[in-house]
Amino acid sequence: MSSFMGFERENGRIGTRNYVLVIPVDDLSNTVATAVENNIYGTRAIPHPYGRLQFGADLDLTFRTLAGYGRNPNVASAIVVGIEDNWTNRIADQIAKTGKRVEALSIEGSGDLKTIEKASRLAKDLVQEASTKKRKEFDVSNLVVSTKCGESDTTSGLASNPTVGVVFDRLVDEGATVIFGETSELTGAEKYIADRMANAQLREKFMKIFNDYQDVIRSQGVDLLGSQPTEGNIKGGLSTIEEKALGNIQKTGTKKITGVLDYAEEPKSKGLNFMNTSSAAAEAVTLFAASGAVVHMFTTGQGNIVGNHILPVIKTTANPKTAMNMKEHIDLDLSGLLKFQYTLKEAGDKLYNLLLETASGKLTANEILKHYEFALTKLYISA
Amino acid sequence: MATRALAHLEKDYVAVATDDLKKGENVEIAFLDTGKKVNLKVNEDVPLGHKVALRDLKKGDNIIEYGEVIGAATKDIKAGDHVHVHNIKSLRWQ
Repeated sequence: MSSFMGFERENGRIGTRNYVLVIPVDDLSNTVATAVENNIYGTRAIPHPYGRLQFGADLDLTFRTLAGYGRNPNVASAIVVGIEDNWTNRIADQIAKTGKRVEALSIEGSGDLKTIEKASRLAKDLVQEASTKKRKEFDVSNLVVSTKCGESDTTSGLASNPTVGVVFDRLVDEGATVIFGETSELTGAEKYIADRMANAQLREKFMKIFNDYQDVIRSQGVDLLGSQPTEGNIKGGLSTIEEKALGNIQKTGTKKITGVLDYAEEPKSKGLNFMNTSSAAAEAVTLFAASGAVVHMFTTGQGNIVGNHILPVIKTTANPKTAMNMKEHIDLDLSGLLKFQYTLKEAGDKLYNLLLETASGKLTANEILKHYEFALTKLYISA
Repeated sequence: MATRALAHLEKDYVAVATDDLKKGENVEIAFLDTGKKVNLKVNEDVPLGHKVALRDLKKGDNIIEYGEVIGAATKDIKAGDHVHVHNIKSLRWQ
Protein backbone atom coordinates (compact mmCIF):
# COMPACT_ATOMS: atom_id res chain seq x y z
CA MET A 1 0.00 0.00 0.00
CA SER A 2 1.30 3.45 -0.93
CA SER A 3 1.55 6.46 1.31
CA PHE A 4 2.02 10.22 1.19
CA MET A 5 3.08 12.98 3.58
CA GLY A 6 0.08 15.06 4.65
CA PHE A 7 -1.33 17.33 7.35
CA GLU A 8 -3.73 15.77 9.85
CA ARG A 9 -6.69 17.99 10.76
CA GLU A 10 -8.70 18.06 13.99
CA ASN A 11 -11.45 15.84 12.50
CA GLY A 12 -9.00 13.20 11.26
CA ARG A 13 -9.11 14.32 7.63
CA ILE A 14 -5.76 14.62 5.85
CA GLY A 15 -4.73 17.66 3.84
CA THR A 16 -1.99 18.08 1.24
CA ARG A 17 -1.60 21.85 1.78
CA ASN A 18 -1.65 24.09 4.83
CA TYR A 19 -3.27 27.43 4.05
CA VAL A 20 -4.96 30.06 6.17
CA LEU A 21 -8.00 30.92 4.07
CA VAL A 22 -9.72 34.31 4.04
CA ILE A 23 -13.32 33.87 2.89
CA PRO A 24 -15.42 36.86 1.82
CA VAL A 25 -19.10 36.04 2.39
CA ASP A 26 -20.16 38.55 -0.25
CA ASP A 27 -18.88 40.84 -3.01
CA LEU A 28 -18.71 43.78 -0.57
CA SER A 29 -16.11 41.96 1.53
CA ASN A 30 -13.64 41.21 -1.25
CA THR A 31 -11.63 44.35 -0.51
CA VAL A 32 -10.97 43.29 3.08
CA ALA A 33 -10.20 39.67 2.14
CA THR A 34 -7.77 40.67 -0.60
CA ALA A 35 -6.08 43.25 1.66
CA VAL A 36 -5.46 40.58 4.30
CA GLU A 37 -4.00 38.27 1.66
CA ASN A 38 -1.67 41.07 0.54
CA ASN A 39 -0.63 41.88 4.11
CA ILE A 40 -0.07 38.41 5.49
CA TYR A 41 2.22 35.67 4.14
CA GLY A 42 0.64 32.22 3.89
CA THR A 43 -2.95 33.38 3.43
CA ARG A 44 -5.22 32.85 0.45
CA ALA A 45 -8.32 34.95 -0.28
CA ILE A 46 -11.14 33.82 -2.59
CA PRO A 47 -12.87 36.98 -3.87
CA HIS A 48 -16.11 36.45 -5.83
CA PRO A 49 -19.02 38.52 -7.18
CA TYR A 50 -21.97 37.04 -5.21
CA GLY A 51 -23.34 36.48 -1.72
CA ARG A 52 -26.01 39.18 -1.56
CA LEU A 53 -29.77 38.71 -1.99
CA GLN A 54 -29.43 35.07 -2.87
CA PHE A 55 -32.14 32.72 -1.64
CA GLY A 56 -33.30 29.10 -1.50
CA ALA A 57 -31.20 26.41 -3.15
CA ASP A 58 -28.96 29.00 -4.81
CA LEU A 59 -28.05 30.55 -1.44
CA ASP A 60 -27.56 27.07 0.09
CA LEU A 61 -25.09 26.23 -2.66
CA THR A 62 -23.11 29.44 -2.16
CA PHE A 63 -22.96 28.80 1.59
CA ARG A 64 -22.01 25.14 1.04
CA THR A 65 -19.24 26.16 -1.35
CA LEU A 66 -17.78 28.88 0.89
CA ALA A 67 -18.04 26.73 4.03
CA GLY A 68 -16.71 23.73 2.08
CA TYR A 69 -13.59 25.69 1.22
CA GLY A 70 -13.04 26.46 4.89
CA ARG A 71 -13.73 22.85 5.82
CA ASN A 72 -11.33 21.44 3.20
CA PRO A 73 -8.38 19.65 4.89
CA ASN A 74 -5.93 21.69 2.78
CA VAL A 75 -6.99 24.65 4.94
CA ALA A 76 -5.44 24.86 8.42
CA SER A 77 -7.72 27.64 9.65
CA ALA A 78 -10.01 30.30 8.24
CA ILE A 79 -11.16 33.89 8.61
CA VAL A 80 -14.69 34.62 7.37
CA VAL A 81 -15.44 38.27 6.51
CA GLY A 82 -18.92 39.48 5.65
CA ILE A 83 -20.77 42.75 5.53
CA GLU A 84 -23.08 41.66 8.37
CA ASP A 85 -23.02 39.16 11.25
CA ASN A 86 -25.74 36.67 10.50
CA TRP A 87 -24.63 35.09 7.23
CA THR A 88 -20.97 35.46 8.24
CA ASN A 89 -21.58 33.40 11.36
CA ARG A 90 -23.57 30.78 9.46
CA ILE A 91 -20.54 30.04 7.29
CA ALA A 92 -18.08 30.21 10.18
CA ASP A 93 -20.24 27.78 12.21
CA GLN A 94 -20.12 25.18 9.41
CA ILE A 95 -16.34 25.44 9.30
CA ALA A 96 -16.01 25.29 13.10
CA LYS A 97 -17.75 21.87 13.08
CA THR A 98 -14.50 20.38 11.71
CA GLY A 99 -12.76 21.47 14.92
CA LYS A 100 -10.40 23.83 13.13
CA ARG A 101 -9.97 27.42 14.24
CA VAL A 102 -12.19 29.93 12.48
CA GLU A 103 -12.64 33.67 13.06
CA ALA A 104 -15.71 35.60 11.89
CA LEU A 105 -15.65 39.36 11.27
CA SER A 106 -18.30 41.71 9.96
CA ILE A 107 -17.64 45.08 8.39
CA GLU A 108 -20.86 46.95 9.27
CA GLY A 109 -20.25 49.37 12.15
CA SER A 110 -16.45 49.21 11.78
CA GLY A 111 -15.58 49.95 8.15
CA ASP A 112 -12.95 48.39 5.90
CA LEU A 113 -9.80 49.74 7.53
CA LYS A 114 -10.46 48.63 11.10
CA THR A 115 -11.65 45.26 9.79
CA ILE A 116 -8.54 44.85 7.64
CA GLU A 117 -6.34 45.58 10.66
CA LYS A 118 -8.23 43.21 12.93
CA ALA A 119 -8.32 40.42 10.33
CA SER A 120 -4.65 40.88 9.47
CA ARG A 121 -3.61 40.63 13.13
CA LEU A 122 -5.69 37.46 13.50
CA ALA A 123 -4.27 36.06 10.25
CA LYS A 124 -0.72 36.67 11.47
CA ASP A 125 -1.37 34.48 14.52
CA LEU A 126 -3.18 31.82 12.48
CA VAL A 127 -0.34 31.56 9.96
CA GLN A 128 2.21 31.22 12.75
CA GLU A 129 0.11 28.50 14.35
CA ALA A 130 -0.33 26.70 10.99
CA SER A 131 3.42 26.84 10.36
CA THR A 132 4.04 24.53 13.34
CA LYS A 133 1.99 21.72 11.73
CA LYS A 134 4.27 19.01 10.36
CA ARG A 135 3.63 16.60 7.51
CA LYS A 136 3.29 12.98 8.59
CA GLU A 137 3.00 9.75 6.64
CA PHE A 138 -0.52 8.59 5.81
CA ASP A 139 -1.97 5.74 3.83
CA VAL A 140 -3.20 6.64 0.32
CA SER A 141 -6.73 5.65 1.40
CA ASN A 142 -6.92 9.04 3.14
CA LEU A 143 -6.79 10.92 -0.15
CA VAL A 144 -9.80 12.54 -1.81
CA VAL A 145 -8.95 13.02 -5.49
CA SER A 146 -11.06 14.70 -8.17
CA THR A 147 -10.75 14.85 -11.95
CA LYS A 148 -11.92 17.02 -14.81
CA CYS A 149 -10.89 17.55 -18.43
CA GLY A 150 -10.85 20.85 -20.28
CA GLU A 151 -10.23 22.12 -23.81
CA SER A 152 -10.27 18.43 -24.62
CA ASP A 153 -9.41 17.03 -27.99
CA THR A 154 -9.19 13.53 -29.41
CA THR A 155 -5.84 12.97 -27.68
CA SER A 156 -7.72 13.28 -24.36
CA GLY A 157 -9.96 10.34 -25.19
CA LEU A 158 -7.09 8.31 -26.65
CA ALA A 159 -4.45 8.79 -23.98
CA SER A 160 -4.63 11.29 -21.11
CA ASN A 161 -8.17 10.42 -19.97
CA PRO A 162 -7.54 6.63 -20.03
CA THR A 163 -4.40 7.31 -17.94
CA VAL A 164 -6.52 9.06 -15.31
CA GLY A 165 -8.89 6.07 -15.53
CA VAL A 166 -6.03 3.71 -14.66
CA VAL A 167 -5.11 5.88 -11.65
CA PHE A 168 -8.77 6.15 -10.55
CA ASP A 169 -9.10 2.34 -10.62
CA ARG A 170 -5.93 1.98 -8.55
CA LEU A 171 -7.05 4.61 -6.02
CA VAL A 172 -10.42 2.87 -5.62
CA ASP A 173 -8.64 -0.48 -5.07
CA GLU A 174 -6.47 1.17 -2.43
CA GLY A 175 -9.48 2.56 -0.55
CA ALA A 176 -9.21 6.24 -1.52
CA THR A 177 -12.13 8.52 -2.41
CA VAL A 178 -12.32 9.73 -6.01
CA ILE A 179 -14.80 12.10 -7.66
CA PHE A 180 -15.75 12.94 -11.24
CA GLY A 181 -18.54 15.22 -12.53
CA GLU A 182 -19.33 17.19 -15.72
CA THR A 183 -23.04 16.39 -16.07
CA SER A 184 -23.55 17.97 -19.51
CA GLU A 185 -20.42 16.33 -20.92
CA LEU A 186 -21.80 12.87 -20.26
CA THR A 187 -24.37 13.40 -23.03
CA GLY A 188 -24.05 10.45 -25.39
CA ALA A 189 -22.21 8.32 -22.81
CA GLU A 190 -24.71 8.58 -19.93
CA LYS A 191 -25.83 4.97 -20.28
CA TYR A 192 -22.28 3.74 -19.55
CA ILE A 193 -22.23 5.76 -16.34
CA ALA A 194 -25.77 4.68 -15.40
CA ASP A 195 -24.82 1.03 -15.98
CA ARG A 196 -21.91 1.33 -13.55
CA MET A 197 -24.02 2.60 -10.65
CA ALA A 198 -23.71 0.18 -7.71
CA ASN A 199 -27.48 -0.05 -7.18
CA ALA A 200 -30.86 1.00 -8.60
CA GLN A 201 -31.29 3.97 -6.25
CA LEU A 202 -27.98 5.47 -7.31
CA ARG A 203 -28.83 4.86 -10.98
CA GLU A 204 -32.17 6.62 -10.52
CA LYS A 205 -30.57 9.53 -8.68
CA PHE A 206 -27.95 9.89 -11.42
CA MET A 207 -30.46 9.73 -14.28
CA LYS A 208 -32.63 12.34 -12.56
CA ILE A 209 -29.66 14.72 -12.31
CA PHE A 210 -28.74 14.01 -15.94
CA ASN A 211 -32.28 14.42 -17.28
CA ASP A 212 -32.96 17.52 -15.17
CA TYR A 213 -30.03 19.22 -16.85
CA GLN A 214 -31.18 18.18 -20.32
CA ASP A 215 -34.54 19.76 -19.37
CA VAL A 216 -32.79 22.99 -18.36
CA ILE A 217 -31.20 23.13 -21.81
CA ARG A 218 -34.54 22.41 -23.54
CA SER A 219 -36.43 24.91 -21.36
CA GLN A 220 -34.22 27.64 -22.79
CA GLY A 221 -35.42 26.66 -26.26
CA VAL A 222 -31.86 25.91 -27.34
CA ASP A 223 -29.35 23.12 -27.68
CA LEU A 224 -25.69 23.25 -26.81
CA LEU A 225 -24.40 23.22 -30.38
CA GLY A 226 -21.78 25.97 -30.55
CA SER A 227 -21.10 25.57 -26.83
CA GLN A 228 -20.60 21.81 -26.57
CA PRO A 229 -18.23 20.91 -28.16
CA THR A 230 -16.39 24.22 -27.64
CA GLU A 231 -14.46 26.02 -30.37
CA GLY A 232 -11.27 24.65 -28.80
CA ASN A 233 -12.64 21.11 -28.84
CA ILE A 234 -13.52 21.45 -32.53
CA LYS A 235 -10.10 22.88 -33.36
CA GLY A 236 -8.66 19.81 -31.64
CA GLY A 237 -10.71 17.46 -33.80
CA LEU A 238 -13.73 16.67 -31.60
CA SER A 239 -16.84 16.81 -33.80
CA THR A 240 -19.85 16.05 -31.58
CA ILE A 241 -20.92 15.97 -27.91
CA GLU A 242 -21.21 12.18 -28.12
CA GLU A 243 -17.57 11.86 -29.16
CA LYS A 244 -16.53 14.29 -26.43
CA ALA A 245 -18.53 12.40 -23.80
CA LEU A 246 -17.12 9.00 -24.79
CA GLY A 247 -13.62 10.45 -24.42
CA ASN A 248 -14.56 12.17 -21.17
CA ILE A 249 -15.75 9.01 -19.39
CA GLN A 250 -12.39 7.29 -19.98
CA LYS A 251 -11.26 9.27 -16.91
CA THR A 252 -13.69 7.44 -14.67
CA GLY A 253 -11.97 4.06 -14.96
CA THR A 254 -13.94 0.84 -14.71
CA LYS A 255 -15.09 0.55 -11.09
CA LYS A 256 -18.64 0.59 -9.76
CA ILE A 257 -19.90 4.06 -8.82
CA THR A 258 -20.87 4.03 -5.16
CA GLY A 259 -21.87 7.65 -4.59
CA VAL A 260 -23.96 10.27 -6.40
CA LEU A 261 -23.46 13.75 -4.97
CA ASP A 262 -25.16 17.11 -5.27
CA TYR A 263 -23.09 20.21 -6.12
CA ALA A 264 -20.25 20.67 -3.55
CA GLU A 265 -21.56 17.84 -1.34
CA GLU A 266 -18.93 16.01 0.71
CA PRO A 267 -18.63 12.32 -0.29
CA LYS A 268 -20.20 9.98 2.24
CA SER A 269 -18.37 6.89 1.05
CA LYS A 270 -14.92 6.01 -0.21
CA GLY A 271 -14.55 4.69 -3.74
CA LEU A 272 -15.85 6.24 -6.96
CA ASN A 273 -18.29 9.15 -6.66
CA PHE A 274 -20.15 11.15 -9.31
CA MET A 275 -20.88 14.80 -8.46
CA ASN A 276 -23.34 16.97 -10.33
CA THR A 277 -21.19 19.79 -11.74
CA SER A 278 -21.00 22.20 -14.59
CA SER A 279 -18.51 21.17 -17.26
CA ALA A 280 -16.89 24.62 -17.11
CA ALA A 281 -13.42 24.03 -15.66
CA ALA A 282 -13.27 26.69 -12.94
CA GLU A 283 -16.82 26.00 -11.71
CA ALA A 284 -16.28 22.25 -11.56
CA VAL A 285 -12.88 22.43 -9.84
CA THR A 286 -14.34 24.93 -7.34
CA LEU A 287 -17.13 22.46 -6.51
CA PHE A 288 -14.61 19.62 -6.06
CA ALA A 289 -12.50 21.78 -3.73
CA ALA A 290 -15.64 22.65 -1.76
CA SER A 291 -16.49 18.96 -1.40
CA GLY A 292 -13.14 18.26 0.24
CA ALA A 293 -10.91 17.06 -2.62
CA VAL A 294 -7.22 17.51 -1.72
CA VAL A 295 -5.56 16.77 -5.09
CA HIS A 296 -6.97 17.18 -8.60
CA MET A 297 -5.98 15.51 -11.88
CA PHE A 298 -6.83 17.66 -14.89
CA THR A 299 -6.35 16.55 -18.49
CA THR A 300 -6.27 18.91 -21.43
CA GLY A 301 -5.92 18.63 -25.18
CA GLN A 302 -5.71 22.14 -26.56
CA GLY A 303 -4.47 23.71 -23.32
CA ASN A 304 -6.90 24.65 -20.54
CA ILE A 305 -4.88 26.46 -17.86
CA VAL A 306 -7.28 26.32 -14.87
CA GLY A 307 -5.99 26.31 -11.31
CA ASN A 308 -7.41 26.60 -7.82
CA HIS A 309 -6.55 28.46 -4.59
CA ILE A 310 -6.54 25.46 -2.25
CA LEU A 311 -6.64 22.36 -4.47
CA PRO A 312 -3.41 21.58 -6.34
CA VAL A 313 -4.32 20.87 -9.98
CA ILE A 314 -2.03 18.37 -11.73
CA LYS A 315 -2.25 19.10 -15.44
CA THR A 316 -1.53 16.49 -18.08
CA THR A 317 -1.82 16.43 -21.83
CA ALA A 318 -1.19 13.86 -24.54
CA ASN A 319 -1.19 16.48 -27.29
CA PRO A 320 2.49 16.90 -28.24
CA LYS A 321 1.94 20.44 -29.57
CA THR A 322 0.26 21.59 -26.34
CA ALA A 323 2.97 19.89 -24.25
CA MET A 324 5.59 21.85 -26.19
CA ASN A 325 3.87 25.20 -26.74
CA MET A 326 2.30 25.51 -23.27
CA LYS A 327 5.02 23.73 -21.34
CA GLU A 328 4.82 25.97 -18.27
CA HIS A 329 1.25 24.79 -17.56
CA ILE A 330 1.82 21.05 -18.01
CA ASP A 331 2.91 18.89 -15.07
CA LEU A 332 3.00 15.62 -17.01
CA ASP A 333 3.44 15.15 -20.75
CA LEU A 334 1.73 11.92 -21.85
CA SER A 335 2.17 12.41 -25.60
CA GLY A 336 4.57 9.45 -25.69
CA LEU A 337 1.51 7.21 -25.33
CA LEU A 338 0.42 8.15 -28.85
CA LYS A 339 3.79 6.99 -30.17
CA PHE A 340 3.83 3.73 -28.18
CA GLN A 341 6.87 4.95 -26.20
CA TYR A 342 5.29 3.44 -23.08
CA THR A 343 2.17 1.50 -22.20
CA LEU A 344 -1.05 2.80 -20.66
CA LYS A 345 -0.12 1.04 -17.41
CA GLU A 346 3.28 2.77 -17.39
CA ALA A 347 1.57 6.11 -18.06
CA GLY A 348 -0.70 5.35 -15.09
CA ASP A 349 2.36 4.71 -12.90
CA LYS A 350 3.84 8.08 -13.93
CA LEU A 351 0.64 9.94 -13.04
CA TYR A 352 0.09 7.96 -9.83
CA ASN A 353 3.65 8.73 -8.64
CA LEU A 354 3.20 12.42 -9.46
CA LEU A 355 -0.10 12.38 -7.55
CA LEU A 356 1.63 11.08 -4.41
CA GLU A 357 4.50 13.56 -4.81
CA THR A 358 2.00 16.40 -5.22
CA ALA A 359 0.01 15.20 -2.21
CA SER A 360 3.30 15.25 -0.26
CA GLY A 361 4.02 18.88 -1.13
CA LYS A 362 5.51 19.06 -4.64
CA LEU A 363 4.08 22.22 -6.21
CA THR A 364 2.03 22.01 -9.39
CA ALA A 365 2.42 24.35 -12.36
CA ASN A 366 -0.82 26.13 -11.46
CA GLU A 367 0.43 26.84 -7.92
CA ILE A 368 3.78 28.17 -9.15
CA LEU A 369 2.10 30.32 -11.82
CA LYS A 370 -0.41 31.58 -9.19
CA HIS A 371 -3.21 30.36 -11.44
CA TYR A 372 -6.14 30.45 -9.04
CA GLU A 373 -9.76 30.42 -10.19
CA PHE A 374 -12.72 30.55 -7.82
CA ALA A 375 -16.06 30.38 -9.61
CA LEU A 376 -19.33 29.95 -7.72
CA THR A 377 -22.03 27.94 -9.50
CA LYS A 378 -25.22 30.04 -9.60
CA LEU A 379 -28.52 28.16 -9.87
CA TYR A 380 -30.60 31.26 -10.64
CA ILE A 381 -30.45 35.05 -10.48
CA SER A 382 -30.41 36.81 -7.12
CA ALA A 383 -33.46 38.60 -5.72
CA MET B 1 6.77 2.82 -41.14
CA ALA B 2 5.69 4.71 -38.01
CA THR B 3 2.06 4.62 -36.92
CA ARG B 4 0.54 8.05 -37.53
CA ALA B 5 -3.11 7.45 -36.65
CA LEU B 6 -4.90 5.42 -33.99
CA ALA B 7 -8.36 3.88 -33.84
CA HIS B 8 -9.86 2.80 -30.51
CA LEU B 9 -11.48 -0.39 -31.82
CA GLU B 10 -11.17 -2.45 -34.96
CA LYS B 11 -14.91 -2.00 -35.55
CA ASP B 12 -14.62 1.82 -35.52
CA TYR B 13 -15.26 3.75 -38.75
CA VAL B 14 -12.73 6.50 -37.98
CA ALA B 15 -9.14 6.81 -36.75
CA VAL B 16 -7.48 9.81 -35.04
CA ALA B 17 -4.36 11.37 -36.57
CA THR B 18 -1.49 11.47 -34.07
CA ASP B 19 0.56 13.58 -36.48
CA ASP B 20 -0.32 16.15 -39.16
CA LEU B 21 -1.27 14.03 -42.18
CA LYS B 22 -0.86 15.47 -45.68
CA LYS B 23 -3.07 14.88 -48.73
CA GLY B 24 -1.94 11.87 -50.76
CA GLU B 25 0.20 10.32 -48.01
CA ASN B 26 0.00 6.59 -47.36
CA VAL B 27 -0.41 6.30 -43.58
CA GLU B 28 -0.09 3.40 -41.13
CA ILE B 29 -3.03 3.18 -38.73
CA ALA B 30 -3.05 1.03 -35.56
CA PHE B 31 -6.07 -0.34 -33.67
CA LEU B 32 -5.71 0.00 -29.90
CA ASP B 33 -7.88 -3.03 -29.07
CA THR B 34 -6.24 -5.63 -31.33
CA GLY B 35 -2.87 -4.09 -32.18
CA LYS B 36 -3.63 -4.72 -35.87
CA LYS B 37 -2.20 -2.24 -38.36
CA VAL B 38 -3.51 -1.15 -41.76
CA ASN B 39 -2.37 1.31 -44.40
CA LEU B 40 -4.62 3.99 -45.83
CA LYS B 41 -4.15 6.72 -48.44
CA VAL B 42 -5.28 10.08 -47.04
CA ASN B 43 -7.38 12.10 -49.52
CA GLU B 44 -6.88 15.49 -47.88
CA ASP B 45 -4.88 17.13 -45.09
CA VAL B 46 -5.89 15.82 -41.64
CA PRO B 47 -4.39 17.81 -38.72
CA LEU B 48 -3.16 16.08 -35.56
CA GLY B 49 -6.16 15.11 -33.42
CA HIS B 50 -8.60 15.13 -36.32
CA LYS B 51 -10.30 12.04 -37.70
CA VAL B 52 -9.86 10.15 -40.96
CA ALA B 53 -12.52 7.78 -42.39
CA LEU B 54 -11.55 4.10 -42.47
CA ARG B 55 -14.37 3.13 -44.84
CA ASP B 56 -16.77 4.61 -47.38
CA LEU B 57 -19.91 6.04 -45.76
CA LYS B 58 -23.21 7.29 -47.19
CA LYS B 59 -25.03 10.45 -46.13
CA GLY B 60 -27.12 9.55 -43.06
CA ASP B 61 -24.89 6.66 -41.97
CA ASN B 62 -23.97 6.51 -38.30
CA ILE B 63 -20.33 7.23 -37.45
CA ILE B 64 -18.81 4.69 -35.04
CA GLU B 65 -15.94 5.53 -32.67
CA TYR B 66 -15.27 3.83 -29.29
CA GLY B 67 -17.62 1.20 -30.78
CA GLU B 68 -20.42 3.73 -30.24
CA VAL B 69 -22.41 6.17 -32.38
CA ILE B 70 -20.81 9.63 -32.23
CA GLY B 71 -23.05 11.20 -34.88
CA ALA B 72 -24.18 10.76 -38.49
CA ALA B 73 -22.73 11.66 -41.88
CA THR B 74 -24.25 14.80 -43.44
CA LYS B 75 -22.76 13.90 -46.85
CA ASP B 76 -21.10 10.94 -48.50
CA ILE B 77 -17.64 10.23 -47.10
CA LYS B 78 -14.86 8.18 -48.73
CA ALA B 79 -12.23 6.13 -46.90
CA GLY B 80 -9.27 8.49 -46.41
CA ASP B 81 -11.43 11.64 -46.10
CA HIS B 82 -11.15 14.10 -43.22
CA VAL B 83 -14.13 13.49 -40.89
CA HIS B 84 -15.27 16.49 -38.85
CA VAL B 85 -18.04 19.05 -38.33
CA HIS B 86 -18.22 19.69 -42.11
CA ASN B 87 -19.46 16.17 -42.83
CA ILE B 88 -20.84 14.70 -39.57
CA LYS B 89 -23.19 16.01 -36.89
CA SER B 90 -24.44 15.12 -33.43
CA LEU B 91 -27.60 13.03 -33.10
CA ARG B 92 -28.24 14.47 -29.64
CA TRP B 93 -28.39 18.17 -30.29
CA GLN B 94 -29.57 19.12 -33.76
